[in-house]
Amino acid sequence: MTKVSMTVNGKAVSAEIEPRTLLVQFLRDHLRLTGTHVGCDTSQCGACMVHVDGRAVKSCTTLAVTVDGSHVTTIEGLAKGDKLHPMQEAFREHHGLQCGFCTPGMIMSAVDIVNRKGHNLDEATIRHELEGNICRCTGYHNIVKAIADGAKHMASTPAE
Amino acid sequence: MTATGIGAPVRRKEDFRFITGKGRYVDDINRPGQAYAYFLRSPHAHATINKIDTSAALKEPGVVAILTGDDVAADKVGGLICGWMIHNKDGSPMKGGAHPALAHGKVRYVGDHVAVVIAETLAQARDASEKIEVDYGVLPAAASIESARKAGAAAIHDVAPDNQVYDWHIGDKAAADAAFAQAKHVTKLDIVNNRLVPNPMEPRAAVGDYDMGSDSFTLYTTSQNPHVARLVLSAFIGIAPENKLRVIAPDVGGGFGSKIFIYAEETICVWAAKKVGRPVKWTSDRTEAFLSDAHGRDHVTHAEMALGDNGKILGLRVKTRANMGAYLSTFASSVPTYLYAPLLSGQYNIPAIYAEVEAVYTNTAPVDAYRGAGRPEATFVIERLAEVAARELHMDPAEFRRRNFVTQFPHQTPVIMAYDAGDYDASLTLAQKMHDTAGFLARKAASAANGKLRGIGYSAYIEACGIAPSAAVGSLGAGVGLWESAEVRVNPVGTVEILTGSHSHGQGHETTFAQLVSSRLGIPLENVSIVHGDTDKVQMGMGTYGSRSGAVGMSAIVKALDKIEAKAKKVAAHVLEAAEGDIEFKDGKFTVKGTDKSADFGTVALNAYIAHKFNGQELEPGLKESAFWDPTNFTFPAGVHICELEIDPATGVIKIDRWTAVDDFGNVINPMIVEGQVHGGIAQGVGQALLEGAVYDESGQLLTASFMDYTMPRADDLPSYNVGMTVTPCPSNPLGIKGCGEAGAIASPPAVINAITNALGHENITMPATPEKVWRAAQSAVRKQAAE
Ligand code: FES
Ligand code: FES
Repeated sequence: MTKVSMTVNGKAVSAEIEPRTLLVQFLRDHLRLTGTHVGCDTSQCGACMVHVDGRAVKSCTTLAVTVDGSHVTTIEGLAKGDKLHPMQEAFREHHGLQCGFCTPGMIMSAVDIVNRKGHNLDEATIRHELEGNICRCTGYHNIVKAIADGAKHMASTPAE
Repeated sequence: MTATGIGAPVRRKEDFRFITGKGRYVDDINRPGQAYAYFLRSPHAHATINKIDTSAALKEPGVVAILTGDDVAADKVGGLICGWMIHNKDGSPMKGGAHPALAHGKVRYVGDHVAVVIAETLAQARDASEKIEVDYGVLPAAASIESARKAGAAAIHDVAPDNQVYDWHIGDKAAADAAFAQAKHVTKLDIVNNRLVPNPMEPRAAVGDYDMGSDSFTLYTTSQNPHVARLVLSAFIGIAPENKLRVIAPDVGGGFGSKIFIYAEETICVWAAKKVGRPVKWTSDRTEAFLSDAHGRDHVTHAEMALGDNGKILGLRVKTRANMGAYLSTFASSVPTYLYAPLLSGQYNIPAIYAEVEAVYTNTAPVDAYRGAGRPEATFVIERLAEVAARELHMDPAEFRRRNFVTQFPHQTPVIMAYDAGDYDASLTLAQKMHDTAGFLARKAASAANGKLRGIGYSAYIEACGIAPSAAVGSLGAGVGLWESAEVRVNPVGTVEILTGSHSHGQGHETTFAQLVSSRLGIPLENVSIVHGDTDKVQMGMGTYGSRSGAVGMSAIVKALDKIEAKAKKVAAHVLEAAEGDIEFKDGKFTVKGTDKSADFGTVALNAYIAHKFNGQELEPGLKESAFWDPTNFTFPAGVHICELEIDPATGVIKIDRWTAVDDFGNVINPMIVEGQVHGGIAQGVGQALLEGAVYDESGQLLTASFMDYTMPRADDLPSYNVGMTVTPCPSNPLGIKGCGEAGAIASPPAVINAITNALGHENITMPATPEKVWRAAQSAVRKQAAE
């Protein structure tokens, strides 16, 4: 067993875990933050996407011990209290989700895309940047619209 | 139309929990004291199990129990079933092999369930499974239809010595032969409908729980139809009687058919929970999903179309071989028969049709319904034939279709279906306009100037949805009725709960069903809650598949609402001191005809419960009604999709440049949600046409068992879609709804392949049309273009 400590969604947490524990297992099983999902075992689908120190990371391929001391944000930490993050709002407004399983990862990736590429995203950029996220339900059409619009709204709200 | 009424693009009520990470999927559920199941799966496609030695594995840390097929047999756990009986041409029944939940004596595909290890943690269960010693006697495997039907192929089930499940036919052979005898031209095609893996993003999962005090079971499972799961687990598998078994399907992350079926894993989890005295949890990983979720499609077909003067279709002959995999899954037998051949008439007036279907066991994962189920295969046959026939006759493909469209309704096809309403020409005309098909030649010339090959392809699809009239499917072999149930509970404060047997796993029922109820009762949307997915709450239901939740599920709600209104009017008559016949109900208000006396819905609901204003012996207190709706016909959504694409002959890479879809779904409750369903369906169909294909090698190893090897459509593989609608209301249900869930997946594959073959100038391409195949196929096209 190894001890890990990190800040998750603004709260300090620490636990004794098996060294082979993945970050996603730590979040889901130890902290019961079940918004982060597992959709594959080959680091392909992005359902597990979280932010570690402000950058998007696939938590299914990250050992929890390697992010010791980091700041982790999950989908549960994106809204400010009752106020949804503009990207969350945009997914709802543009019907960017159906079953909702890919959605937390999509939203975390989308925020990261905006952080890296700015607020004026064209369709080709969004589609290209989504290569690490798979959605089986929506055909991506409305996800692309949601991200373009969410990016604009993020410009007028303070950054994460 | 109000802002939240029928026809309004209301934002979804369910979204808040999903966008905030508060959805509750099966893997999010943990029961106190739970143990974890790991399934040891067969590495061989076909082998006898001579011996399983678990002694070393049992000593591994954390192991609670290891169970095998012997334990299943000793406990008399019934086998998994196929609920649809198909009869051979000679009237004899199909040959269904036994399907034990854990293999007994023999494994039949890679991934077949050999043993389950239950341990304190998943990691311990998996580690211990590696210590189980299985003595296999490897047998020759047949991974394809051809090898399974070869003389001398090893029998996969004793009951089917030649691996044939059934040999079925439909239609009038003599009439079809007569049509071909008169034909001026015959178009022939050989078609492979590639095998697909459904891959909803949420892998299957199950938590089985047993309560000793009440001797009852609870199963949390990723199901599209929890009541059907309970029925099968009770009546056939024998886990517990229905009153002692609660099945809960909470939020489910997509299904596309693959979560209709009752699988080995949930059966074992719920059975083992009692056996080990602990809740047992299993969550599939993606590799397991590839190996053991029911796959889709996998047909090999030879099809012929007889043509008369002026491009008139005279007849159709179709011969299909369908791969069923190693066992018959829950509804497998119906997919290549009654969900397939009755749609071969397409949107066309075809006087004579004859189809033969042979179903074959192979040493591969079971094949069952996947989005569209049979109807995409039929549409691919008829829409490829139509396109190729038009080309061979030098006719415009749209014009060819127009000439053959059914224009009079009702229309009885030669293969069961009676189309009730439609306007196929309207969809085609609108699609051509939206797409700017007139500008295609100019765009093609521009592409050619850039060294690119541009093509356009049509698909005029029809499907049979709203599955289905119980008596009709019963006469065709179904083991269940396909009605739907609903219960409307009005609370004393006027809020409403709707209990439905439909199940939402992405379709947005919490919104659309609430829109229906809110507009009918004149109450705010937020005053309506939808309850589904729990057999202890909802009495009975047949679940969600076959685009049936609108046409069948909502019709049941309408029927229950009719009863609510009738009862509420009686209460209102007492409240308003008027005769019942004078009470009118509109916009949430009860009024007395010709007066200004009125009472709102909440007041009447309260009075129904306090029962002060009427005699409780003459009028029962309370306001709660239920109804079952059994449809009188299938529904027939139809439309036209047009795909236009550009091929880079240097690389074989295809770029879909524009996609136009015009669908007639009858009346629409929420166009935003309907369009979303169309988008998702198209993406899956484009996936089939260009990217996806499950591949087994000759020994039966699945070569495409991860997202690294099986190409899922990603955002940059797909275009944005231009979606339009035409409306002919469905006459067979009170809302006029036809259903929209499968249309995109049904329509799109032939549109893509017709566009590719149009660009190439020859028909020689198979699905998935990968860049390598397209590059090879394009070389001859380039030579031809250069010569011109
Ligand atoms: S679960 Fe992490 S990429 Fe699929
Ligand atoms: S919404 Fe279902 S996988 Fe994306």
